Amino acid sequence: MTAALSTLRTPWRRVALGQWLVAALLAAVVVFLVVGSLQSSLFLQQTISGLANGGIYASLAVALVLIYRATEVINFAQGAIATFTTYVGWQLLAWGFHYWPMFALTIALAFVGGFVCELVAIRPVERRGNVLTVVIATIGLLILLEGLIGRIWGNEVKFMPSPFPARIYHLGGAAFSLQDLGTIGISIAAVVVLWLFFRFTKVGLAMRAAAVRPAAARLVGVRVSWMLSLGWGLAAALGAVSGLLAAASPSVLLQPSMMDGVLIYAFAAAVLGGLESAAGAVVAALLIGVLLSLLSSYVSWVTPALLLPVAFVLMLVVLLLKPTGLFGRTRVRKV
Amino acid sequence: MRPRAASWFGAAAAAAAAVAIALLPLTLSDYHRSQGALVAVYFVAILALDIVTGYTGQISIGHGAFMAVGGYTTAILLHHHWWTSATGALHTIWTLPAAALVGFGAGLVVGLPALRFHGVYLALTTFAVALAVPQLAKNYSHFTGGTQGLSLPAHNGLWLYRLGWIVAGVAFVFAWLLLRGRTGRAFRAIRDSEVAAASSGVTLALYKTLAFGISAAMAAVAGSVYVLVNNFVNPDVFGLTLSLYVLIGAVVGGLGSLWGVLAGAAFVQLLPIGLTSGPLASSEDVPVIFGAVVIAVMAALPLGAAGFVQTALRFASRTRQSSTTP
Repeated sequence: MTAALSTLRTPWRRVALGQWLVAALLAAVVVFLVVGSLQSSLFLQQTISGLANGGIYASLAVALVLIYRATEVINFAQGAIATFTTYVGWQLLAWGFHYWPMFALTIALAFVGGFVCELVAIRPVERRGNVLTVVIATIGLLILLEGLIGRIWGNEVKFMPSPFPARIYHLGGAAFSLQDLGTIGISIAAVVVLWLFFRFTKVGLAMRAAAVRPAAARLVGVRVSWMLSLGWGLAAALGAVSGLLAAASPSVLLQPSMMDGVLIYAFAAAVLGGLESAAGAVVAALLIGVLLSLLSSYVSWVTPALLLPVAFVLMLVVLLLKPTGLFGRTRVRKV
Repeated sequence: MRPRAASWFGAAAAAAAAVAIALLPLTLSDYHRSQGALVAVYFVAILALDIVTGYTGQISIGHGAFMAVGGYTTAILLHHHWWTSATGALHTIWTLPAAALVGFGAGLVVGLPALRFHGVYLALTTFAVALAVPQLAKNYSHFTGGTQGLSLPAHNGLWLYRLGWIVAGVAFVFAWLLLRGRTGRAFRAIRDSEVAAASSGVTLALYKTLAFGISAAMAAVAGSVYVLVNNFVNPDVFGLTLSLYVLIGAVVGGLGSLWGVLAGAAFVQLLPIGLTSGPLASSEDVPVIFGAVVIAVMAALPLGAAGFVQTALRFASRTRQSSTTP
C-alpha cells in the first residue's frame, strides 16, 4: 500500500522521461538499421545474421526471465540444460529419427527434464533456503549436467545437421541464407507461442498469478509449487529451442560448453530488458545480436577476443543510465 | 554463551587451527603440500568474497576477475624481470603487495558502478567483469602471453604451503580486525538495510567502494599465490569456473562468518581431489558427484557450515540452561 502510494507521488515527469528516452533510443536504432540496410547490402546481411543470433539469445533470455519472474532466481543451469537437451536431440537423430519429429520430441523431453530438475534439485533447497542458496544449487546443477554430458557423450565435438537447406537467396545484392531466416522465424515463433499460452490459457493465468502474488494465488486454489515446476519445464523447453537452433548454425559446434557463450549474452539481454519483462528480453537480445554482428564486421579494432568486453561496457553504460534495464520498473526501496 | 566466553572459545579454536595447519605438512607428500597451498588460496579468495558479500551484502560473482588481476600482476612482474634481475624467493614475495595494490584499484573501479546497481544487477555486472577480464588478457598478448600464457619458476611444495598459509593467516587477522571495529559495523549496517545505514550516518559510497577495494585486494593476493602454485598462468586459469567455485565455497562455508571460510575452502578444493583418489569414482564422475553434493548441501544446510555450527551451539547452550535452572 505504501509502495503504491509513493509510486503515485513520484513526479510524473521523471517516470515519463525514462520511458521516452528508451523509446527514442529504440526508434533511433531502428532508423539506423533501416537506413544502413538501404545503403549497403553488406550491412543488411550483417543485420540479418545478427538478428538470427539474437533470436537464439532471445529464447534463452526469455527462459531466464520466466524463472526469474517466478522466484527471483537467476538460473545458471539454463545453458547446461539447453546443451543437455541438444545432445538428446543428437542422440535421437543418431537413432534414426527425422529432423522435425526429433525437434518436437526433444522439446517435449526438455519440458519433462526441466520439470524433474525443479522437483529434484531446486524444490528441496527452496523450502528452507533463500535466493542465494537456490542460485548456488543451480550452479551445482550446471556442474552436474556438464559432467553428465561428458560422461554420456564424451567431450569431443559432435556434428549436428541443420534443418534448413544451405541455399542462399539473393535480393538486390544482399545474400540471405535460409538458415538465418529460419532461425529468426522459429525463435520468434517459440516466444510468441509462449506468450499466447500465458495470455489465453487458464494454466498460464495461474502461473502468472503464482509469480506475482504467491499467497493470493494459493488462496484462490492455485498450487503455487507446481506452477514453479511447470515454469522450469517451459523454460527448459524454450532453452531446447535455443540449443537446437544454436547447434544448427554452422559457426557453433556441439560440445559440452556450447551454450556458455549464448548464456552470457542471454544474461545480458535479460538484464538489459529489465529481468521481469519477456518482451524487453527479446528486444534486448535482438539488439545485442545485431550489435555484435555489426561491431565485428565494421570496427576493426574489435577483435573476437574484445567482442565480449566491448559488448559488456556498452551494456554497463546503458545500465548506468537506467539501472533497472530498458523495460524494468523502478522499485521503491524501503527500510 | 556469554560474549567473553565466545571470544575465548574463538581464540582457542584459532590457535588450534593454526597449530594443526602448521604441523600438517610434516606428514604430507610434496604434491599434497601444494594442494594444501591451493586450499589456502581458496581460503583467502573466499574470505575476500565474504567481506563484500557476507558482511556488506553486495553479491559478487566475479571474484575470479580480481584473482586474475593479481595473478597477472605477479606473473608479468616476474616473467618480464621488471621487478628484479634475480628470481629469489624474497623478490617473488614482494610481488604480492604489488598485486594487492593493483587489485585494490581494480576493486574501486568495479565498486563505483556498484553504487548504482543493486542485487541481481550488481551480481550480473560482476559476472560480466569475470568474463571480460580473461578476454582482455587474451587480447593484449605482448604483456600476458595471450592464450599461450606465461610460465614462472617452480617452487617446492613446502615453500608454497608455508607462503599460502602465512598469507591466509595475515588475511584472516586483517579481516578480523577490520570487521570487529567501526568499518565492520558500517559494512553490516549496509548489508542489513542501506536506507537505515545511510540515515544513521554511514556514507554508503565510501564504505561500499571500500569493501570492494579491500575485497579485491585480498582476492588479487590469492590470485598471485594461485599463479605461484601453478607456476603458470593463462586466461583459462581464471575462467568463470574459478569465480563460481569461490562463490560456492563462500555459501557452503556460510556467509558472514570468518570460521565458515575454512570449511568452504576445504570443500571446493579437497572434495574433488578426495573423490578422484577414492576407489568409488573415476575422474569423469567427479563433476557429477560434486554438483550433486553442492545441491544436497544447500538443501541440508541452507546457512552453510557456519550456520549449522551456530544453530548447534545455540541448541547446546539452551539445553544446558534449561537443565541448570530449576
